[in-house]
Amino acid sequence: MQLKPLTKEYFLWFTLLSIGVYGFFISIDLFTMFMFYEVALIPMYLLIGVWGSGKKEYSAMKLTLMLMGGSALLIIGIIGIYFFSGGTTMNILELQALHNIPESVQKVLFPFVFIGFGVLGALFPFHTWSPDGHASAPTAVSMLHAGVLMKLGGYGCFRIAIVLLPEAAHQLSWIFIILTTISVVYGAFSACVQTDLKYINAYSSVSHCGLVLFALLMMTQTSCTGAVLQMLSHGLMTALFFALIGMIYGRTHTRDIRQLGGLMKIMPFLSVGYVIAGLANLGLPGFSGFVAEMTIFVGSFQNNDVFHRSATIIACTAIVITAVYILRVVGKILYGKVADPHFEELTDATWDERFAVGCLIFCVAGLGIAPLWASNIISDTLGPIIEHINNVTAIASL
Amino acid sequence: MNLDYSQFFHMMPEVTLMALLVIVFIVDFVTAHKAPIVLTDEKTGPSPRPWFNPLVCIFMLAHILVNICPTESASVFGEMYVTSPMIGVVKTILAFGTLIVFIQARTWLSRPDSTFKEGEFYMLIISTLLGMNMMVSANHFLLFFLGLEMASVPMACLVAFDKYRHNSAEAGAKFILTATFSSGVMLYGLTFIYADAGSLYFNEVAKNLSATPMTLMGMVFFFSGLGFKISLVPFHFWTADTYQGAPTTITGYLSVVSKGAAAFTLCTILMHVFGALMQQWQYLLGIVIVLSITIANLFAIRQTELKRFMAFSSISQAGYIMLAVMGNSGMGVTALTYYILVYVVANMSVFTIISAIEERNNGVTDMDAYNGLYSTNPKLAFLMTLALFSLGGIPPFAGMFSKFFVFMAALEQGSAWAYLIVFIALINTVISLYYYLLIVKAMYINKSENPLPAFKSDCNTRLALAICTLGVALFGVCSYVYDWIFAAL
Repeated sequence: MQLKPLTKEYFLWFTLLSIGVYGFFISIDLFTMFMFYEVALIPMYLLIGVWGSGKKEYSAMKLTLMLMGGSALLIIGIIGIYFFSGGTTMNILELQALHNIPESVQKVLFPFVFIGFGVLGALFPFHTWSPDGHASAPTAVSMLHAGVLMKLGGYGCFRIAIVLLPEAAHQLSWIFIILTTISVVYGAFSACVQTDLKYINAYSSVSHCGLVLFALLMMTQTSCTGAVLQMLSHGLMTALFFALIGMIYGRTHTRDIRQLGGLMKIMPFLSVGYVIAGLANLGLPGFSGFVAEMTIFVGSFQNNDVFHRSATIIACTAIVITAVYILRVVGKILYGKVADPHFEELTDATWDERFAVGCLIFCVAGLGIAPLWASNIISDTLGPIIEHINNVTAIASL
Repeated sequence: MNLDYSQFFHMMPEVTLMALLVIVFIVDFVTAHKAPIVLTDEKTGPSPRPWFNPLVCIFMLAHILVNICPTESASVFGEMYVTSPMIGVVKTILAFGTLIVFIQARTWLSRPDSTFKEGEFYMLIISTLLGMNMMVSANHFLLFFLGLEMASVPMACLVAFDKYRHNSAEAGAKFILTATFSSGVMLYGLTFIYADAGSLYFNEVAKNLSATPMTLMGMVFFFSGLGFKISLVPFHFWTADTYQGAPTTITGYLSVVSKGAAAFTLCTILMHVFGALMQQWQYLLGIVIVLSITIANLFAIRQTELKRFMAFSSISQAGYIMLAVMGNSGMGVTALTYYILVYVVANMSVFTIISAIEERNNGVTDMDAYNGLYSTNPKLAFLMTLALFSLGGIPPFAGMFSKFFVFMAALEQGSAWAYLIVFIALINTVISLYYYLLIVKAMYINKSENPLPAFKSDCNTRLALAICTLGVALFGVCSYVYDWIFAAL
């Protein structure tokens, strides 16, 4: 990895970013959760702005401001939940048990919270930071950001928006199901026309993270299990993708697929890794992507009304489009003639790169071959929560 | 009414400040430089009285320590002057801000063209602080007005302190003109209120005030008078020029201590005295807050001179401070006081760094000087980043907590109007983050042909920065600070 002289600072900000991410997932308090959300947000500016590539200053500013805008919506939602729940607590579990926010208020707060987190989860009209940000960020930051940070959005949407405001979630979900369906399909289509490897992967992330939100909004136990599996699976394979892109870029100094070709002959290890990542991404059975997407679509189809089912069918088409852009890239950059004679002298992965790629491939394949242990854990934890969401609505509709 | 000397015991902060003023006066008088003043081009030189600044700082610290224990509520001098634990806390915060100003002023004061005025500087600052203390403690509009004037007039001298610099004199003139104008407007408003309520005592006005067009007008005039002090839009026109022209240390003082005192006073007067007009002032305040935050943010983006930039930033911060008043609750007072405390450390940190850089950059405070600062002065750039993050409301720094409490306080009532105002304010945090990040970008990312060479700051700058940075880092995560303020309520 090529870091400019300021190595120490790079790791300082990177660690702060990790602190934010960890803190977010372990907090069960609205305020702490929000605080860590913002802690995770600000190091990104410097990480992309100082160590990034391309139009890094523009991307860094865009990313920071859009996510900050999301957090501004979030504050309104959080304070609203606090005051209208009538309690004196911000503890999510207690708020969930209290459950006495009037329905009319829920309907106002739900969009704030959902969009606030949705910005981070690359919800359709608010996803534009993601391609620029990912493309400009240094490799490790792209990996962490697409792999983990974008899941903050999905987790927050579920944990706060859907669980704490369940009535509104049921009534307003149709708007967001439409938006997430657009995310899924539009992200995949956009990836088809990109020429920069990182942009392709970033749009693919928009599509896959859209699928996470889509599944959460379906609110059946199976689809939510699928959503969590998708978070896990996308986190792993996108990290693998960005790592490989970083390694290829470090050698060829270009990410433009028009200038790449025949890499399979020159760096077989990295190329095979890239193929595996691609196949996992397009949902080939045996890799984690298949398990997650299968669960999501089966779960979504359990809602037996026309709207949910047609949305599911439209979202399913993304699988085909994903295959198009993945196979196009694989064919273009890995096979065929070596595009540039200088590439002949390049070396394959070093032992540490092999180790990193190997670990990720192991996880992706492991989750794909033996998914039950993970999905059981997820499903068991989700059970009571899903029951709570649906019970509450059943009572309300009586 | 029984008047005896024991009443002075309830006025400890004022008494100790007065003693401090007398001590500084005598010390300055006795040790003043006898030789004729010769102005040279030399920027630095040994100060003839190197012990003066530490002495005053120690006395100031003693003043804070004597008064740090919350006083019990009391009213003295025919109820003209009141004190309560909350007022005690506010006075402590103001004194704390002043202490930081004193500590960081040393470098600037040891310059040959200002070193012979060192005593005057301390005396003027202490008298403005005394005026602010009176203003905060007032329970009568006349005493309040006296305090306000006492805080304004010496301030004008301070703004024009670098009288050999054209800017500074101009800024002083602008300041005194607007200050007197706003005082006039305010007095005019007070006459209306007197006409309706028949008294100038706060509690009697509160009891007798009725919502007639006349009192409404009086309230608006009064509000605009204090609005000038806090520099809320549309009363902010003096701010940018004055902040730019005044010596950097004074700008810092003006932006935190002076603003903080006025904001707290406006808060208590609106809540307690104009309680009957709450419906009306909530709309007025809401509009003024939205204008302050939005307009100042938009102007700040275009600034390239850092002190002007900070002026607009401070206008928008004033909007956030006043947001706490929207809720009209005790929580609002706490949130406002806490915001002021956090704002004191964050803003003083920025101004200390501006001052340090200005010294090395021939008195120029353009943003260009900060290009590539991180490569030459990493520590200074890092501290600046922390302070700016705090101002922008980025956790885990204190600014985020203070903003959060302010929003909480504003939404406590839960009216749709309050939600709208808070929403606009929140959108504005994004804009403000943008321009704070511009400085961060200049320091870390921008390349410079000839960046400012590396330098070592003197121990006073370091001490001031250490205090401020500790505050920025800890006031948020240590809940004791908020509890301390909350307990005083």
